[in-house]
Amino acid sequence: MTVTGERLRTGRGLGTSAARPDGVPKVSGTFGFSSDLHADGMVWGHVLRSPHPSARILGVDIGPALAMAGVHAVLTADDVPGTNGFGLEHADQPVFARDVVRFTGEAVAAVAADHPDTARRAAQAIVVHYEPVEPVVDPEAAIVAAPIHPDGNVFRHLVIRHGDIAAEGDVVVEGTYEVGMQDQAFMGPESGLAVPDDVGGVDLYMSTQWLHVDRDQVADCLGLAPEQVRLTLAGVGGAFGAREDVSMQVHICLLALHTGRPVKMVFSREESFLGHVHRHPARMHYRHHATRDGRLVKVEARMLLDGGAYASTSGPVLVNACCFAAGPYHVPNALIEGWAVRTNNPPCGAMRGFGAVQACFGHESQMDRLAAELGLDPVELRLRNAMRTGDCIPTGQVVSGAAPVAELIRTCAAAPLPALDPAPSPMSMPGGSGRAADAGRVRRGVGFAVGFKNLMYSAGFDDFSTARVRLDEGVATVTCAAAEVGQGFVTLAQQIVRDVLGVDEVVVAPAETMTIGSAGSTSASRQTWMSGGAVQGAALAVRARLEAGQTGPIEETYEHHHPPTFPLDDNGQGNAHVSYVFAAHRAVVDVDLDLGLVRVVEIATSQDVGRVLNPVQVVGQIEGGIAQGVGLAVMEEIVLDRGLVRNASFTDYLIPTALDMPTVTVAALIEEPEPGAPFGAKGVGEPPTISSSAAVAAAIRAATGLALPRIPVRPQDIALA
Amino acid sequence: MPAAAAPVALPESVDEVLQALADEPEAMILAGGTDLMVEVNAGRRRPVSVVSLTRVRELAGWSRDGDEVVLGACLTYADMERGPLAALVPALGQAARTIGSPQIRAAATIGGNLGTASPAGDTLPVLAALDAVVETAGPQGSRRLLVGDFVTGVKQTALLPGEIVTAVRVPLRRGRQEFLKVGTRNAMVISVVMVAVVVDLDGRTVRAGLGSVAPRPVRARSAEAFAAEHADWRRGAVASPDVVARFGQLCAEATSPIDDHRSTADYRRRAVAVCASRALARVLPPEGVHGDGGPSDE
Ligand SMILES: Cc1cc2nc3c(=O)[nH]c(=O)nc-3n(C[C@H](O)[C@H](O)[C@H](O)COP(=O)(O)OP(=O)(O)OC[C@H]3O[C@@H](n4cnc5c(N)ncnc54)[C@H](O)[C@@H]3O)c2cc1C
Repeated sequence: MTVTGERLRTGRGLGTSAARPDGVPKVSGTFGFSSDLHADGMVWGHVLRSPHPSARILGVDIGPALAMAGVHAVLTADDVPGTNGFGLEHADQPVFARDVVRFTGEAVAAVAADHPDTARRAAQAIVVHYEPVEPVVDPEAAIVAAPIHPDGNVFRHLVIRHGDIAAEGDVVVEGTYEVGMQDQAFMGPESGLAVPDDVGGVDLYMSTQWLHVDRDQVADCLGLAPEQVRLTLAGVGGAFGAREDVSMQVHICLLALHTGRPVKMVFSREESFLGHVHRHPARMHYRHHATRDGRLVKVEARMLLDGGAYASTSGPVLVNACCFAAGPYHVPNALIEGWAVRTNNPPCGAMRGFGAVQACFGHESQMDRLAAELGLDPVELRLRNAMRTGDCIPTGQVVSGAAPVAELIRTCAAAPLPALDPAPSPMSMPGGSGRAADAGRVRRGVGFAVGFKNLMYSAGFDDFSTARVRLDEGVATVTCAAAEVGQGFVTLAQQIVRDVLGVDEVVVAPAETMTIGSAGSTSASRQTWMSGGAVQGAALAVRARLEAGQTGPIEETYEHHHPPTFPLDDNGQGNAHVSYVFAAHRAVVDVDLDLGLVRVVEIATSQDVGRVLNPVQVVGQIEGGIAQGVGLAVMEEIVLDRGLVRNASFTDYLIPTALDMPTVTVAALIEEPEPGAPFGAKGVGEPPTISSSAAVAAAIRAATGLALPRIPVRPQDIALA
Repeated sequence: MPAAAAPVALPESVDEVLQALADEPEAMILAGGTDLMVEVNAGRRRPVSVVSLTRVRELAGWSRDGDEVVLGACLTYADMERGPLAALVPALGQAARTIGSPQIRAAATIGGNLGTASPAGDTLPVLAALDAVVETAGPQGSRRLLVGDFVTGVKQTALLPGEIVTAVRVPLRRGRQEFLKVGTRNAMVISVVMVAVVVDLDGRTVRAGLGSVAPRPVRARSAEAFAAEHADWRRGAVASPDVVARFGQLCAEATSPIDDHRSTADYRRRAVAVCASRALARVLPPEGVHGDGGPSDE
């Protein structure tokens, strides 16, 4: 079924645009973000970071900092009671560097002081003797370079051999593509508050994406039992993957335990850019084989991801980049090789789209190249090869769920094109208020792209979720550790419980680790399926007891698991994924050919959603995801110079403003229920980001006739081509 | 996060400002705070005391003085971007409209743009092209300096200790004006390149100010002379597209841009040439083109 027209259904249950409980507080400024936390008697933490991408530490003198008035503690690697290492997959990143620093921004020491400015100045007073070492910044060179970490320089090497890898097509197109380092650039900087208890434990209030895994990593570094670290989610100002890794969590807990005082820390914008992971920059080489009539025969790809100094989620990001390297197409044969490597660049990890974004830019650029070679319309070529239910991806796994790829392409391509403005004003031309564009030198281009990725975690990871529902005197309370990071899970939890129990008042309790099990991470477009499923399960169990005639308060806890997945074998084959989600994007851009300035005029999109649970929230995710996709296409990039970040600020790391945001036209939300998914619904958060960048790049190519093998496309890439 | 508290003086006249600065030589001058507070919040500057200009009425607003307009140092971009001042000095209005966001434009001042003296300060090439004069007041009295002399280097000015900018005098000219700014975003962006071109129909001259392409705002003198010589002043039209192209080229040759994280030197040179040509074509539209010059903003 396709939803068109008025999608703003009113009401409070599933399928309606039920209002967010946190909406009015956020808009009116009363919502408490983690940066607003306060505890009586609290002191302020600050972290000293490495100014070098690679250096030996010859000595650290904390004396001058300790001697400053108002300073309560100065901690280094010597003060870490547990494991001096953390990481989502491998604990390879030190809490504090001891002998070497491996990236600009690596933590070396931390200070607690009466005042944030005192803490900052005390951190600057610490004397660190560095001996700079030539950094390894080229990911290709890193594969063979001397190891810069005891665990080596290769996080993951993966080869996928699918079908007949010697197969040849009548037509072969080849290309090398590059994606720059994007940042999640959320608005609310990292911030948290750690409060020590009297018996060696700590209460941590933190804006994060995955409470229980934070807790476990913190406990391990502190040498505590997990229960001694009690984590409560504090108001999150955006996440997009960057809060999945530990940032300040261990540091503030350590400071709190040392000082016996509550410790608060808020990153400055610069620290935020230095203190969290980014999207992996990618270099991709592709060779597509096809028949003369435009059927894909084989896809060969080599994907090289720069993981930066520490592992974070580089392994799974690479698995994704390789699994989805060929795109949502019927590809009988494939040979895909991937490398995720360690360098002295900033660490990279999770970001919306998780490996699929980079791959999509590669495979969609190739599809356009192939279409040009064959003299076929790019949309027609995609239709001829569109994946269907029953096809398999290059890992040999059959796509058994909904795969409405052809319908997405058709509906998106059929959306009416925006009219050309016969008398454009500067604000509607490239460069906007700068008035630099010349209408006579502005060309319009249209580009198309389709992308897909997995929902939930993959390759054997059981990322279950737990929820509890309590019904007492007509009021239902949901307890679940799913992190609300802006995506609207709290709204959905209310909608589910209202539907299942027929009650109106549903309270969503704070997410914490004390009374409830893990909900998994708010990532991989998984919380609607996983925590939505857990809430549904708990509510159904409550209803069953109600129906059995029970009176008084009823409470049920439910753990929701998805079907098991399996690691890939030596040939990259295996049933590694649970489910897939697809989207198509058509971008319309205007480009000033002489200045290389781009205005994205419109993005039309069709998305595979399974079922629309909250229309306004779906469109919100689509618009936000497209904003990030547009950003990656034309402006967002962490600029590195031999391992140094050149633009760690919102002055110079540019994200789209309201005036850069195109009109978003939702051509179709395809509601083909996903078998096995609670409510038949698929996650909607990531698909808008996956193919929107590729579509914009394609549109710029169409306007300029240039190859443009790299995103973001910079003005000089066009003007000086 | 707040920095350690610093006392803030709130004088109400220029004399009181100068006295406050004499009393507290280390004090920092605060106007709209859109540059200063960013520096303070980032920990790059730690004021021991602050003298605020916000209550000094004689520094606010603008007035007309014969064939000049006098812009108070605390004139905001919100005051410049539309209304009578934008009609009198269009290039200044156009530049003001490119600056920051509405919130920034409501607070930020022209005196602050001069005080910061960033190579990317958007009003500086306009003021340079207008032959604007900066008026200062200080312990030794007041001085008048051309903008090109006021800005002495990257974020450096000719201000002496205890001196402040009180006003900017802008000569009014009959003729079209254009300001073009290139950045990698449609708004709220630091300039990669700026070009201001001002025509003086009475003096039969063209003035060009360039920004973000050298440590200080640049006047493209040979381009100006070339345009003045090749313009058909009787008909108010540039003779040919060749002249427009050559003017752009000469402007580009007047620059000394660098590669940085915002752009490259080569792109900046190219963008200056393109923007300067477009600006000239708008202020002296080639024969046969009878528009109103540049595109309208509304
Ligand atoms: C989000 C944002 C966007 C911005 N965008 C732009 C932009 O697009 N273009 C642009 O050019 N700038 C931009 N800026 C920078 C800034 O807004 C301008 O430079 C503005 O003109 C500064 O004016 P202010 O009154 O806020 O100065 P303040 O911050 O108060 O002062 C700036 C400096 O000038 C000194 N000063 C101020 N007034 C005087 C005076 N009368 N005499 C002597 N010294 C003085 C101060 O001591 C200080 O050193 C932006 C800033 C922000 C935060």
